[in-house]
Amino acid sequence: MLGTGILKGMVETAKNFAGSYTDPANRLTTVEYPEQRIASKENARQFPFLVHDTEDPMKGLRCVACQICEKECPPQCIYIVKSKDKRADYKGQMQFYPATFDIDLSVCMSCQICVEVCPFESIKMDTEFELSNTDRFGGLLVNKHQLAKSNDHYRKIHPTEAGVSDAALAVEVAKAQAKAKADVEAKAKAAAEAKAKAEAAAAAGTAPAPAVPAGPKPSSPAASPAAAPAA
Amino acid sequence: MAELFQALDQFPVTLKHWLMSHASGVLPEWALPLVSAALSISPILAVFPLMFALTTVIERKGLGRIQNRIGPNRVGIPLTDIRLYGFGQFIADGIKSLIKEDVVPRAADKVVHFLAPIALLIPVLLTYSVLPFGKNMVPLDLPQTGLLFFFAVGASTELSVFMAGWSSRNKYSLLGAMRAIAQMVSYEIPLILSSLTVVMIAGTLSLTAIVESQSGVHFGFLHNWHLFTPWGFVGFCLFLTAAAAEANRTPFDLPEAESEIIAGYFTEYSGFKFAIFFLAEYLGLFAMCGLGITLFLGGWLPPFSFLGFIPSWCWFLGKLSALIVLFIWLRGTLPRLRTDQLMGFAWKFLLPMTLINLVVAAVWHLLGGSLPPVLRWAFCFGMLAVPYWLLGRGFEAKFTKREYRFAN
Repeated sequence: MLGTGILKGMVETAKNFAGSYTDPANRLTTVEYPEQRIASKENARQFPFLVHDTEDPMKGLRCVACQICEKECPPQCIYIVKSKDKRADYKGQMQFYPATFDIDLSVCMSCQICVEVCPFESIKMDTEFELSNTDRFGGLLVNKHQLAKSNDHYRKIHPTEAGVSDAALAVEVAKAQAKAKADVEAKAKAAAEAKAKAEAAAAAGTAPAPAVPAGPKPSSPAASPAAAPAA
Repeated sequence: MAELFQALDQFPVTLKHWLMSHASGVLPEWALPLVSAALSISPILAVFPLMFALTTVIERKGLGRIQNRIGPNRVGIPLTDIRLYGFGQFIADGIKSLIKEDVVPRAADKVVHFLAPIALLIPVLLTYSVLPFGKNMVPLDLPQTGLLFFFAVGASTELSVFMAGWSSRNKYSLLGAMRAIAQMVSYEIPLILSSLTVVMIAGTLSLTAIVESQSGVHFGFLHNWHLFTPWGFVGFCLFLTAAAAEANRTPFDLPEAESEIIAGYFTEYSGFKFAIFFLAEYLGLFAMCGLGITLFLGGWLPPFSFLGFIPSWCWFLGKLSALIVLFIWLRGTLPRLRTDQLMGFAWKFLLPMTLINLVVAAVWHLLGGSLPPVLRWAFCFGMLAVPYWLLGRGFEAKFTKREYRFAN
């Protein structure tokens, strides 16, 4: 009958109204924001930050100033100046580092493309959203000191992603270590061989020498040609 | 105790008499009617705009709760931590609208554009002059033409709405004004026809006499409100529907329809003129509710005779608040109608129902002495329920599986 739908709807809204007072925990979908906060979701993303591994943020930045993110950024909000010198990165390799790394907060559109293209796990998305500023010129240009945040922070805001990232880095480090070890072994082997050769050469040259005074003199001409092909 | 309540009940009247008796010695003869009129008007100008201000906050809070939100609860006393549950909001809004820039479009007809909000507010305020707010409390008692005056003055708001829409030289304003005219003219007919039943039964156009005609008592305690009769109940529902459309309230808010045409006929108004439109709209709604209370809900009479000690104006304001809450509740529940649904509902449902209701009121009156009350009630109710069911069938939502001819 006409009107029953209206009555049903009014009962529903009345339930909402009363429920918002009697059962606010389950009913209310919003909170009183500055005082109460909802923990941010793991997949939330707002603005990039630079990951560092050491106590001093500037020394431990993973960024190697390859400028891929700068080139890929759709609104072109990243500005990087490469350093003149090199320093050792987390796996001991000598790399450049960013002398300047600025992101324009007012231009960034939170697309995460910089994060996707970074081969060094060095730029990630932050969940911080209270980014308003009283200085609309300088305050909205975020420099590398403000961008640098520790890997622990990354583990805290995106635990799953950070696990994947850490594993990838661990693989890299393991590879580097394996390579270093192989290098060391190869070097050691080469050194050992060189040593053996040198020893053999020495044996060829010097071992008969003491034998000369030790052994009987007439045998020495025969011993020398025998040692020479061995060397 | 009874004298105290009696004194409270008649306090506004006695205060005015006391002031007038003092003024008559001081002021010249010709000034006295003016002072008397000013004294009658001032409570209306104080109470109803304040009620409007509180309603804006209560409406926002209520709608918030209906939508499972908290609603505004921040603005209190500045520079302190006192928040007053957000009831400082309307003061902030008022100050804001007072000091905002008043933008008039370059192509607008500036005189008409300026006059439109005034031409809307004045008739709305005039309608309050005939409403009885309490016992002996009617600013202008028109014994022959009270109801007629209300509708005649109330209908002139349509002119000012069109003035606003036309003078703005804006397509959204004009669309809103055209919608408003079509809607208000259509819904004026069921509005007047539904209140005509009361005039037929009470035999008078005077609103004070209509209230007094409801003062009889049923079963020793229940007052003889027109709502408690079948034609009164149906008439009240029809009246409320038409009143919502007249006041541009949801679900009939097509003239404003902010999701379609920005703000309708007051798109090009800003600052205080916008606030006046807003005020006039709410005051129009309150006046309609006041008329509905006077015609069907016994005016300032209490529902039960043993509650008669509570001052009469408290009853009027209480009923008014209840109706405002009902309208907020409806706004939180119903979506907006489409224009053809709006027109179809007015002409195919409301108009026939009001005409049938007129007949039923006549039958009710004629059956007065010949049938026992229960049978009379049931017979008249049946006379209304059957056409309601038959007419309503066409308006029920029909859900059929949609067929996509070309997509399949």
